[in-house]
Amino acid sequence: MMKCKRCRAKAEVQVRHHNAAFCRSCFIVVFQRQVQRSIEKHRMFTAQEEVLVAVSGGKDSLALWDALIELGYRTTGLHLALGIGEYSQVSTAKTVDFAHHRNLPLITVDLEAQGLAVPTLARFTKRPACATCGTTKRHEFDRVAFENGFKVLATGHNLDDEAARLLGNVLHWQVHYLAKQSPVLESTHARLARKVKPLYRVTEYETAVYAFFRGIDYVIEECPNSVGATQLMYKDALNRLEAVMPGTKLTFVQDFLTSGQPAFSAAADGAPQSCEACGMPSFGTLCSYCRLRREVESDHLGHPPRAARTIA
Amino acid sequence: MFITLLPQRQQIEIDGRRRVADILRQLGLLPGTVMVIRGDELVTDEEVVENGDTIEIRNVISGG
Repeated sequence: MMKCKRCRAKAEVQVRHHNAAFCRSCFIVVFQRQVQRSIEKHRMFTAQEEVLVAVSGGKDSLALWDALIELGYRTTGLHLALGIGEYSQVSTAKTVDFAHHRNLPLITVDLEAQGLAVPTLARFTKRPACATCGTTKRHEFDRVAFENGFKVLATGHNLDDEAARLLGNVLHWQVHYLAKQSPVLESTHARLARKVKPLYRVTEYETAVYAFFRGIDYVIEECPNSVGATQLMYKDALNRLEAVMPGTKLTFVQDFLTSGQPAFSAAADGAPQSCEACGMPSFGTLCSYCRLRREVESDHLGHPPRAARTIA
Repeated sequence: MFITLLPQRQQIEIDGRRRVADILRQLGLLPGTVMVIRGDELVTDEEVVENGDTIEIRNVISGG
């Protein structure tokens, strides 16, 4: 029988890359300690700062929010209702339930009600849904943080996310992205919050196990737009390596941060300007989100489709 | 044993008792990419699932 590394009780979960197994209660303690260590090591935020936590309704963001609450941090949730059919409806319902049952403050932005649901953006701009989704999320996270006075924005990116992103950036030598791939992105504009990833050292498996052990009711279904996503291929390749060489993902990301990333720092973009339309950070006259909106609105004026009639 | 794969909601039946690691290998699933749940508990790779048991194998990898 596999035993818990800490208390020698029967183990319920095996963490291969640490060559350890844990019972339920010890795993929860170890997980929260790992999150705390990442926050402190990278000076992500202090106990006095109010943290805006981006929550999708999935395991990672809800596990992050739960861990931050358990560790005593001051948090507010931010959820974007993306308008991706039933998937988004379930995601919003689970996020609202999570906040309600724990009496936590939650800001919800309903993009569908604004006529800016992800499928609408993709249809009008003829861009991939994931691209319009990413642009929208980045803008709305920044906008809501700024308008509500948050200086820190936390996301639930885990070790698998970071390793897959790193692999993609290396395979295509995206030096600008490599320069800024980090668990902490300091603000480079008056309207930008510091962005932090407290789960960057825990695997996707560990966040799922934590969510399961903590009784968190998260969305199990995948976003319908993620079918065939490149990131999933990178994750699969990394998990095949991890299966024969446990610790590969952690070493890949950690060693990049200590040895690789400094070499790319010269390729980092300078400070952004301000978007002429919305005032948020931008590397052109208009930010990516305002360009996206204008494409939708101009198309809407020329060919008014039913789904876009609520655009302001 | 009766297996439910999530999120596909696919039902599979396998005869005989097996180690979890062998079940995952048979289904072509990599360790660390799924949680194996029996009742309200997780089961580790070394544990044996009995012939009449019902388990849930839940994918933990998300993309996008």
